[in-house]
Amino acid sequence: MASPAEPIVRLEGVRHVYGPHGGKGVEALRGVSLAFYAGEHVAIIGPNGSGKSTLAKHLNALLLPTEGDVWVKGWNTRDPRHWRDVRSTVGMVFQNPDAQLVATVVEEDVAFGPENLGVPRDELRARVDWALDVVDMQAYRFRPPHLLSGGQKQRVAIAGVIAMRPQVLVLDEATAMLDPLGRRDVLRTVEHLNREAGMTIVAITHFMEEAALADRVVVMHAGQVVLDGPPREVFRQRERLQAWGLDVPHVTELAARLHALDPAFPPDVLSIEELVETACQVWAGQEKAL
Amino acid sequence: MSEVVVEVRGLEHTYMRGTPMEAPSLKGVDFDVRRGETVALLGHTGCGKSTLVQHLNGLLRPQKGRVRVLEYDLNDPKVDVKALRRRVALLFQNPEAQLFERYVGDDVAFGPRQLGLSREEVRARVREALEAVGLGFEAFKDRLTFTLSGGEKRRVALAGVLALRPEILVLDEPLAGLDPAGRRHLVELIRRLKSEWGLTLILVSHDLEDVVLLADRCFVMADGRVVLSGTPREIFSQPPARLAEFGLQPPAVTAAVHALAEAGLGVRRDCLTVDEAVSEIARALGMGGKPWTSSSCCAT
Repeated sequence: MASPAEPIVRLEGVRHVYGPHGGKGVEALRGVSLAFYAGEHVAIIGPNGSGKSTLAKHLNALLLPTEGDVWVKGWNTRDPRHWRDVRSTVGMVFQNPDAQLVATVVEEDVAFGPENLGVPRDELRARVDWALDVVDMQAYRFRPPHLLSGGQKQRVAIAGVIAMRPQVLVLDEATAMLDPLGRRDVLRTVEHLNREAGMTIVAITHFMEEAALADRVVVMHAGQVVLDGPPREVFRQRERLQAWGLDVPHVTELAARLHALDPAFPPDVLSIEELVETACQVWAGQEKAL
Repeated sequence: MSEVVVEVRGLEHTYMRGTPMEAPSLKGVDFDVRRGETVALLGHTGCGKSTLVQHLNGLLRPQKGRVRVLEYDLNDPKVDVKALRRRVALLFQNPEAQLFERYVGDDVAFGPRQLGLSREEVRARVREALEAVGLGFEAFKDRLTFTLSGGEKRRVALAGVLALRPEILVLDEPLAGLDPAGRRHLVELIRRLKSEWGLTLILVSHDLEDVVLLADRCFVMADGRVVLSGTPREIFSQPPARLAEFGLQPPAVTAAVHALAEAGLGVRRDCLTVDEAVSEIARALGMGGKPWTSSSCCAT
């Protein structure tokens, strides 16, 4: 993971209040300062109403802070002259795939964004090809999107966003409405974009297993960032997470409970592969002891 | 054994039948539910599970095969569908999107009012339904629906169907999109509906984690047919590769013990909960802890 000194997106003391001007509104963000660096894969978790989606919408100027500032590559999102730059730097994918598809044929849908950016014809064709390859939807390019499955639609939505070549991809619960296979395919696509294309990923999710795949996990609660670190460190805080209405991955819970029975079993396991490896080591250790 | 309240035999359904766009959805489904049971209908997108449940309250009629629900024969064109729908309630996916009244109390009261009940009776039913979903009547009846959280909205929608006092309740993806605390609350709530209201529940889901906690029996559908049925334990002791064929993923805990067993550790493969897996792995690794038996763990 490359972490150059200059973050690609930076939030400083961001407050956001929804509601009537002058009246008493709902304070969704209460002073959030965060920095996202090029090439990072960050997961944001938090209970419903903790401000995750409000935060996401600040990353490409869909919402502007009531107080504080958001900087994208040095552009302040308050400056309307840079909205175009900001939005071509940070792309967004939302929860409901049906709400994001505009055209009647897959390839036209993918071309919609870059075409509006004024990308020349040959370049446009190349970008659509690339984007459909990345999300593995080349075979469906002439199909109408409404006949695709949820996971396929969501991959087309991702293709439409990455065809604009953003440096940051924000996914706001993009897998929440998908079945397990659809979710798996979307996660693979995101992983690929991060690893192979070096795209910065900011993924909001309710699935702790998904968050465990990221390099870094940011935990939101009541409009504030309450934890921020590698998944292994964040998911060590089981009691605190549960008190906030969150959880740890099932496998982590399993390991923590085994650790309570026998401290030789490490508590901070994040995947099934790690669990198997750990159990085999403990097992081998015992054989030796006998 | 209690009576069979839903009986589906050889049910077939084809969308846009007789056109070039013909799309077969059900290809001969057998399905039955007994009174008081919680049954899960599993399968990935497009397997036909939504088409099947739409037959249960007469939204769709059998093209081929038989459907009986309670004493209603859905093959009879003159069946009283209105009466059937008072006793069989269907709550669609993301029901929070279907709240339409300004106040919570009015939204829950909408159904009972349509039944032509007295003012007092409507009020009593709204109170009962809101309390049942864990939202206090006095605290919530005058709340504006749009100010509720996602989890609260879903409970209000559920109260709206409970106020009809159905005997059979069909829930489509009841836990999808909720945060972990919201899921825990709803699982508890569904359990209470079963134990205190004696409801017969049909849960439609592609998420096996949910079902493990709730269902007595599961039906797995794939490509318009029921391909597996049994208790959750019977279903998830299948090799993960076989479940994957049907587009399903075993619960994380079950997948973990399968992987450990493959690696040579002597653990049972049919653990469903973290508790079971912990004692099973601890036993296999000689870490102490009591071994579990299927009879003792089913009570959890």
